[in-house]
Amino acid sequence: MRSKSSRPGRPASARRASEHSAGERVHDDPTRGANDSVIRARALTRRYGDILAVDHLNLDVRAGEVFGLLGPNGAGKTTTILMLLGLSEPSEGHAEVAGFDPTRAPLEVKRRVGYMPDEVGFYGGLTGRQNLRYTARLNRIERALIEPRLSDLLAQVGLADVADRPVETYSRGMRQRLGLADALVKDPSVVVLDEPTTAIDPAGVAEVLDLIRSIAHDRGAAVLLSSHLLHQVQQVCDRVAIFVSGKVVAQGTMRRLAEQMAGDKVQLEVGLDGPADEVEGALRSVEGVRDVSRDDHDPRLWRVTGARSLQAGLAAALVARGMGVWHLRRLGDDLDEIYMRYFAKEEAGHGRAA
Amino acid sequence: MAAQPEAIEPAPTRLPRARTRRPRSAGPGRAGGAARMPGGGWRVIADKEFGDHVLSVRLFILIALMGLAAVAAVYSTTTFVRTNAQQAAGSTGLFVLLFSAQSPSSQIPAFATLVGLLGPLLGIAFGFDAINGERSERTLPRLVSQPIHRDDVINGKFAAGIAAIALVLSAIAVLVSGFAFFELGIVPGPDDVARVVAWVAVTVIYIGFWLAFAMLCSVVMRRAATSALTAISVWLVVTLFASLLTGIAADALSPVPANPTLDQQVANAQLQLDLSRISPGELYSEATAYLLDPTVQSVGIVLPSQQSAALPTILPVEQSLLLGWPQAVALVALTVVCFGAAYVVFMRQEVRA
Repeated sequence: MRSKSSRPGRPASARRASEHSAGERVHDDPTRGANDSVIRARALTRRYGDILAVDHLNLDVRAGEVFGLLGPNGAGKTTTILMLLGLSEPSEGHAEVAGFDPTRAPLEVKRRVGYMPDEVGFYGGLTGRQNLRYTARLNRIERALIEPRLSDLLAQVGLADVADRPVETYSRGMRQRLGLADALVKDPSVVVLDEPTTAIDPAGVAEVLDLIRSIAHDRGAAVLLSSHLLHQVQQVCDRVAIFVSGKVVAQGTMRRLAEQMAGDKVQLEVGLDGPADEVEGALRSVEGVRDVSRDDHDPRLWRVTGARSLQAGLAAALVARGMGVWHLRRLGDDLDEIYMRYFAKEEAGHGRAA
Repeated sequence: MAAQPEAIEPAPTRLPRARTRRPRSAGPGRAGGAARMPGGGWRVIADKEFGDHVLSVRLFILIALMGLAAVAAVYSTTTFVRTNAQQAAGSTGLFVLLFSAQSPSSQIPAFATLVGLLGPLLGIAFGFDAINGERSERTLPRLVSQPIHRDDVINGKFAAGIAAIALVLSAIAVLVSGFAFFELGIVPGPDDVARVVAWVAVTVIYIGFWLAFAMLCSVVMRRAATSALTAISVWLVVTLFASLLTGIAADALSPVPANPTLDQQVANAQLQLDLSRISPGELYSEATAYLLDPTVQSVGIVLPSQQSAALPTILPVEQSLLLGWPQAVALVALTVVCFGAAYVVFMRQEVRA
């Protein structure tokens, strides 16, 4: 269904980008290499009357990475995206996308940025291929290049079989995948995806996320995606910014965010069978454990808080005591949890973590 | 604001395209196999929109409607033209009578009158969902995020609408001319051809006004149905009640007493005429009268004393064009105002609803 491997002549720079895609090794340091960011926003602000839709946003997205702009609905994600594309003017601040200022040179930006809007729409009477062809012509792509590129893209998103059916017969998931192909028609160096997984069923989500990852890692494009479905996109994001009511409350890799939250502590979820007193005693006796509590929902799960060394040592210590550990998970790695905690923090007025 | 961003780009450098995929960098100067052609985005849009119009159901309905009207009008006019042909053999102007003359024995209005009546529907049909249709299909954000200027969208759509209108009108004008060839054996002279061409051009402008007005509705109103209803009701009011309204206004501003003097009567009539010339329909029918009837020398107020002094004659085509010129210019101005309003409102709108 997908022809990810068939990309001839992939440049070395793109390959390099895909190699160090494995997790949080990439761009952990926000100050490092700020010059090579493809999307850069400085104090970007947008007001609607008295309402601050976007409040002094700073953002850096580099080539070859997937950057997640995450937050609840109405946080200002789409407004930010429209400003980055030059479709809406910032009230204050400055942005640079692919080397151009979107306010002053919107055409240069739009020539290089593939954009899939939230709830993407197509001309229902035209076929999928015709819709993409229109986009290709609007981008003045040479005629000889158009047809092979369209076939290639339609195959990549798994729509080759239905490419010549009118879009009005497509399901929402198919439209969303067509939207991805549409964003790639201009062979962009920056791809902006607004809520790319909302309308897709769980099986389709994995495929779309794979595709998004390959856009960044194989094509070497910078991908900025916005979403409120955190658990869906956390697997593909190299870095994330958590965005709540117009402000970025945290930015960085997922591990970094977790560490920021936890400080020098670590919280582990352990699954152990046995009498509660005995288990609790055993857990408390492990060196470095500060606090032990039982899970509210599942009595067989325990939450252990303690020093950072626990992460490596807890399982070994328990096994040495002859206890069978059937579950061990570090809490706080999950973006949902990170997000909930940042969100709660922000709501409680404890200031910003970023 | 048109071509300003282009200046920033360095001179267009076309790289060799032996390979489909070039080494990529995020920096400037790279645009995925795009040939550099500054501007002209409206043409791509006009192309697509014109294709949509030509294949649309509404075009077929309107062609059928106007074709039927044309056949009915011309058929009933045929008898009238035949009797005229015997009196006026050899004189010019017979051919255009087929377009403009109404048979005295028939209830069916002349072809040109029918076009003036039904034409606005054509303009409204091609314009009422131009922008809000893109909004409701959610294609507008995708469209404006392509490397085109925002006004390319509205310009392209207007150009496509005008092209479709011109196509329909030319087809019908040729149909009627063909009818004249075969049924009556009248061969048009160069004067006749010039008159018909000028009339088609004025008609396109007139219908273009309604296209622009419908597009203004489509920019201002969120729903296509509201926009269509608004455009059609304005068209009905202007067509049916314009003379009523201008009459009331003229009587209020320049009242005619019980025993009026000639001056008072003329002043009232002149004011009513001037007011009615705000209406594009009035301007169009005046221009049509000049263009399609070479005997018409004035559409203004002519007193019986002046009438008797005028020589009944057939005007050469240049003279008719000269007489109809102010009306044509006024129609262009109205169309430009309407389109300008649509343009300005559209440029100021947010992309999102």
